[in-house]
Formats: sequence, structure tokens, C-alpha cells
Amino acid sequence: MKYLDEYRDPRAAQLLLDEIRRISSRCWTLMEVCGGQTHSLLRHGIAAELEGTVELIHGPGCPVCVTDQEAIDFACQLAQRDEIMLTSFGDMLRVPGSRGSLLDAKTVGAYVRIVYSPLDAVELARKHPDMQVVFFAVGFETTAPATALAVKQAGRDQLENFSMIVSHVRVQPAMEALVQAPDNRVQAFLAAGHVCTVMGYESYESFIEQYQLPVVVAGFEPLDLLEGILACVMQLETNEARLENRYARTVRSAGNQTAQDLVQEIYQICNRAWRGFGEISEGGLELRPEWQQFDARSRFTEPVLPVLGVDECRSFEVMSGHLKPPDCPHFGKRCTPELPLGAPMVSSEGACAAYFRYHGAMSRR
Amino acid sequence: MCLGIPGKVVRWLEREGAFAQAEVEFDGVRRIVHMACVTEAELGDYVVVHAGIAISRIDPIEAERIFETLAEWGEDEGWGAGPASDPEASP
Amino acid sequence: MQNKGEIESAAWQLNCPVSLPANADCVTLAHGEGGRLSRKLVQERILRVLKNEYLVALNDAAQLPAMVGPVALTTDSFVVSPLFFPGGDIGSLAVYGTVNDLAVSGAKPFWLTLSLIIEEGLPLVILDRILESIAQAAEETNVKIVAGDTKVVPRGAADGLFINSAGIGQLITPIPSGPATLQENDELIVSGPIGRHGIAVLAVREELGLEPVPLSDCGSLIRPVERLREELGDQIRCLRDATRGGVAAVLHEWAEACELTLSIHERSIPISPDVRGACELLGLDPLHVANEGTMVVAVKQGAADAALKVLHSLSETADACLIGSVTPRGIAPVTVRRTLGCEQPLDDPLGSPLPRIC
Repeated sequence: MKYLDEYRDPRAAQLLLDEIRRISSRCWTLMEVCGGQTHSLLRHGIAAELEGTVELIHGPGCPVCVTDQEAIDFACQLAQRDEIMLTSFGDMLRVPGSRGSLLDAKTVGAYVRIVYSPLDAVELARKHPDMQVVFFAVGFETTAPATALAVKQAGRDQLENFSMIVSHVRVQPAMEALVQAPDNRVQAFLAAGHVCTVMGYESYESFIEQYQLPVVVAGFEPLDLLEGILACVMQLETNEARLENRYARTVRSAGNQTAQDLVQEIYQICNRAWRGFGEISEGGLELRPEWQQFDARSRFTEPVLPVLGVDECRSFEVMSGHLKPPDCPHFGKRCTPELPLGAPMVSSEGACAAYFRYHGAMSRR
Repeated sequence: MCLGIPGKVVRWLEREGAFAQAEVEFDGVRRIVHMACVTEAELGDYVVVHAGIAISRIDPIEAERIFETLAEWGEDEGWGAGPASDPEASP
Repeated sequence: MQNKGEIESAAWQLNCPVSLPANADCVTLAHGEGGRLSRKLVQERILRVLKNEYLVALNDAAQLPAMVGPVALTTDSFVVSPLFFPGGDIGSLAVYGTVNDLAVSGAKPFWLTLSLIIEEGLPLVILDRILESIAQAAEETNVKIVAGDTKVVPRGAADGLFINSAGIGQLITPIPSGPATLQENDELIVSGPIGRHGIAVLAVREELGLEPVPLSDCGSLIRPVERLREELGDQIRCLRDATRGGVAAVLHEWAEACELTLSIHERSIPISPDVRGACELLGLDPLHVANEGTMVVAVKQGAADAALKVLHSLSETADACLIGSVTPRGIAPVTVRRTLGCEQPLDDPLGSPLPRIC
């Protein structure tokens, strides 16, 4: 496939790997913010190839991993109601809240459906006027335009049986929370390519000025990632801290203005609880008051159930780079993809699941 | 986060506005994609699609840049990992 | 729960090739209660289509002629939703699935049983259509349906139609020695492009809107297995149709049996452009996606060329490829060299693959 295959070329990757090794005078610590990048780095064996040259910390950019347990519990609660068809992305289904996952809810009779796109959920609402279709909207700024468009479309068609549980999160406040932590180990960031596709990267200038860390916008294929890593290492070796865009075929400096306008029209910035992180100031998006009629939380009142137990998952330590998944005492023992303690083990792009899947046997030895 | 896959715009269904739609081809399958954010794409252009909506038009000149860098390093053979089912896969 | 029940059970209408009038005759509970309606259903619908000398007697048990030598017996249940999918339906799937299990076990399939568990409300025309498909697949694979049963269950207790089948075949020597006998340097072959059934079913069940709709590989493996065994004899270690869990699940089962590592190359794995596109779009690994007419074959070192020559001469396995080999137990039971060339463990699939956006 064009724009995929050539960026997976093994010889080109080898050249970039050699160059990274050649210019590195020491082992640098980089964070790839995005879970999709984590997935690709492990799937293609790049993290292993660079061992000793670059340490890659797998950051918090896995939206289903940072979705608060309370939101999952609420989604499961709604899904149990007879009139509701609960829809979400496939990633979300296995993630446990404090009272089980959506897949568990489905097992006991809830109507839960996977959709590829939030617009498909709107289509389901159109097809099933006798049901209330609720879309569980998770995701970073990349996904927000799609869910905003879904709301807009439901508004245009005056659909009274479509609503959303909005759990969108914003990536930059989380990056700031990470570098502000007293024991931050991150020396440079690979910025999430598709978030930047929507949001642009101009807002990183002040971040770089404040924290003096290189930020390189990178894509998702092996050559994209290696090029991004190489750019980070070059800056670190020359003691620079600036912004570079190494995913320029897709990302423009101002991002996608139409997409941002769409998000602006439907959503406003809010504080949001991140699983493992706690509440992050300006860490999320919520529906604007004028779109409240599409908010499942105001449409359906449910008795508020307390979040059960203590979240034993040490996801914050994993996502902030203080704990490598295989070093977690629960990894592969009490916590496996079959019986996950937390989201990073179950989401396809969660750092723990990615380790378990692609790196598992080596690190469990 | 954010699986975004490049696909080729093969047919416009609705060219303008917030509800623009086009048919986009991903190797051997096509799907209707919402185009509100990339209405400038022309037929044959590649767009990055995430969760059913296009979020960017791929710039073919920028896409070549990494291969030009590699060429400067003395490596200028055709790049492309198989299985190359798309004849255009190798630039 | 009535709403949900109605919507769920309407799943069998998805992709249904029969146009249904609103007042279409349906299977009722009475059809399953053993009286006149039951007989009518069996005589007028089932026997009319599946008639043969063994079934027509309608005895409680089929009386079959003696076989020479050892016999293979297999059983399987089919619960696919939707009942009709591009490239097949639950009926043809039941026949091919059962005969393929016999074939890859080293047997020539002869007889099948068929037990239908029907949800009340299933339109009779849909049942007819599936029975015809069963008859066609049985004729193609030269097997006879010799015994059967029909039960009707209340609405919601099944998803339109479930089929249970058993198959009997005659074992033909030399029987493949099995995965426990795999040795280092044995060669691994896949008989065709992978992941087609899983993607076809997922695309229609989840209404993913993919065009052209990917087709299932649902089909018989009898001929390629027969030809392979004629040509290669005891050079074949084992064969397995890569159904649920895909190629990855087969490799994991074999690796467990032989305690070696099965190592494959991602770049050698045949994938059709539609499955490739769909898997990229949905974030799925085709190695984990189900097949219904594609098998993995392990042969002794050096026999792969001969095996591929046979497979390439047949239309149904023309795209067979050598995908890897057996190596000493290394970092994991099954490994895959991804496109960049480094060896990564390949996960044993967990549950059915879910499309992801993240």
C-alpha cells in the first residue's frame, strides 16, 4: 500500500538505525507520547534494536488507558438498560472499569456494538428509531473531530435517540504533568503525529521554551519513527531543544483548521480525571452547553455508583516511564490480557499489552 | 493513539461543507469517508483516515523527503517493502 | 428485553440473498414437537433436498456399510452470525468445515450427520436456501448426509440457526505423523491468502461498509490434501485448516506439541489486497483472523518445493506460499520476522479480534 509499504523498507530502516547508533555518544531517554507509536515500535522490533542506544518510554497517549474507571462504569450501567444500544470502538470493549468491562456487560445481556466510526453510530440511531443509541466517545484530539461531526450530524437530522458519553482527553496537559513531576526522566519527546495533524505544533513552542526539551513530530511507520528518533538524538547530541516536524507529509504547522473549528463548535475544554494520573487541569473536552441534548449524562440519570476498590494497576508509573511493564510485579502474573488489572494490559496500544504481545517472552525470561 | 491509514480518494459523493463525503480506497477495499476536514483533496490524492473521517491530505513532495535524504547518503535504489499489491507502492 | 431480542435475532437477515415478504412462513415451535408439522418439515423440506439411500429410511440410526481399516470421526458446531456471508453461508460452512477436519486428519470423508437447532421465527425460505447450500457442498465434496435431527427452540434461545455435524471418514495411510513429530528445519506452508473468512464475516456483521465486500475462503480442502498426500506421502508431518484464531492459533498448537519454535516471515505470507486494506484500516493482524478453506502444512526439510508444486497446480491453492520453518526453541513458541527483519514473538490470539481505532 502506498505510503505504508515504502516506510517499512528494511534496508532504509537499517540505514537509519545505523545512523542513530553512530551519532549517539550515550544512551538517551525518549518518550513516544502516542500509544500507536508504542505499538509500531514494539511490533517492528525497533525498541529492541535500539536497546542501549535509546531508551523509549511509552507515554500516556493511549486514550482507552487513561479513560477514567467511573466513565467505563457509567457506560456499563447505561448499556444494561433495555432501551439502550451502547456503541464504542473495539479497543474500549475489554477495558475493565471497577465493575467489569463492556464485554462483561454484554455477556449478561447488555446490547453493546462495535463501530468503526462515530458516524456509524449516528447511522445506527437512524436505523433503529426505537432504541437509544449511546456512543462512548474516547480519544485524543485526533478523534474529537469525528465525534464532533457525529454530534453535528445528529443535530442536523434532529435525532432524539443519539447521545454520547464524552471522555475526550487532551495530550499537551498530560505531557506537562509528566515533565513537571519531580523525577522526570524524559529528555526528548516524539510528539503524536495524528494529534498534530489536527492540532498543529505551534503550541509546542512555549512548551519547549519552558522545559528546554526537544519535541519532534513523528509518524507511525518504522521509517517515520526512526527518522523522529534520529532527529531527537541529533538535537540532544548538540544540546539543542527545538521543534522539528518529521511527519510533514501529513502534519502542517497550524494543523487542520477545519477540524479545529469543528471541535471548537461542539466542545469546550474542561478538567478531566485521567486514570492513573488523577484530575488534569484542562485535560479534557466536554460538550458545549448548546449541545447538551446529546450528552448521555444529562439525558439518562443513573444512580451514582461508587468506583469499587483500589485501582491496583500501576499505570501512571508505566506511562511516566518510572516502571517498565515487565518490571511491574503484576506483569504476566496477576495481570495478563485475559485478566487485566488495568487498561494498559488490555488495550491494543497499551504499553503493557504491547510488551506482552511483542516483547513478552524476552522480558519474561 | 489514533490509527490513521492512508487511502486514495476515488470518487466524491458530496464535495462541500460539513457533510462532505468521498469514496476512499485502501488497497483492495473502498469505504465512504467523511471529508469535511479535507475538502481540498482531488481525485487520486491520498488522505489520512481516522475513525471514518479524513484528517489530512498527504503531501507527495514531503513524502519523498526521507528517501531523498537516504539518496544523499548514497542509497538511491527503489524503496518499498512487500507484499506490494499496489503497483504504485514503490516510488 | 424484547427490543433487544428482536434486533439481535434480525441479525440473520443481514446479507440474506432471499427477499422476504412480510408474511413469510416461519419455523414455529410446533415444527419441532414431533407431530405432523415436524414430519412435514422433514419430508417436504429436508429430505427433498438432501435425499439419499441412507437418509430416506428415516431410521433412528443410519445403517452404514463396513469400512476397511481404521475410521476417523469428527464433530463440529456452527454458529456463524450472520447466516449468510459473502462467499458462503452456515450450510456450506458446516459441510466444508467438517470434511476439512477429516481431510487434514488424513481421512477420506464419507458420511456426515447434521443436527439443526432452529430459532422459532426463522423464515422457511431461508431454511430452504441453507439446505440447498448444504446439498450442493455435499455433492461437491462427495459426501452423504446420512443422519440428522431437527429441534426448534424459543425466540432468543438461538441466533436463527445453529448446526451441529459429525463426519466419518476412512483413514488413508500413511497418516501424517502429527505436530508432536515436527523437527528442526521442517518447512511451513500456507495454502492460500489468509484472513478472508474472518474479514468477510466481520465486515457484514459489523456493517463496516467495505466495497467490494471481501469474500470468505469457505471451501473444501479435500482435493489439495489428497493430491499433496499422493505426491509427498510421509514427507508430510501435519496439516491443519486455520479456522478460529487464524494461522497464529495453528502455529501455537503445533509449537506446544513439538516444544520447538515455529518461525515465520511476515513478508512471505500471502494476503489478498482486500484483506490487507481491511486489516490496516481496522488495526487487525491477519495472522489472527479466521480462515475456512485455507490450511497450514508442515513438511520435512527439503519437501517444500514439491509440496508447492502440487498446490500451485490446483486453482484453490494456487497462491500457496512457504512461510517459515521449525527452529530450536528460542525466545517464544511462535515467532514472526516482521518487515524489518527482527524476530518477534507472535501472540496466541485471545478471543475474536476487535477492530480498533487507536
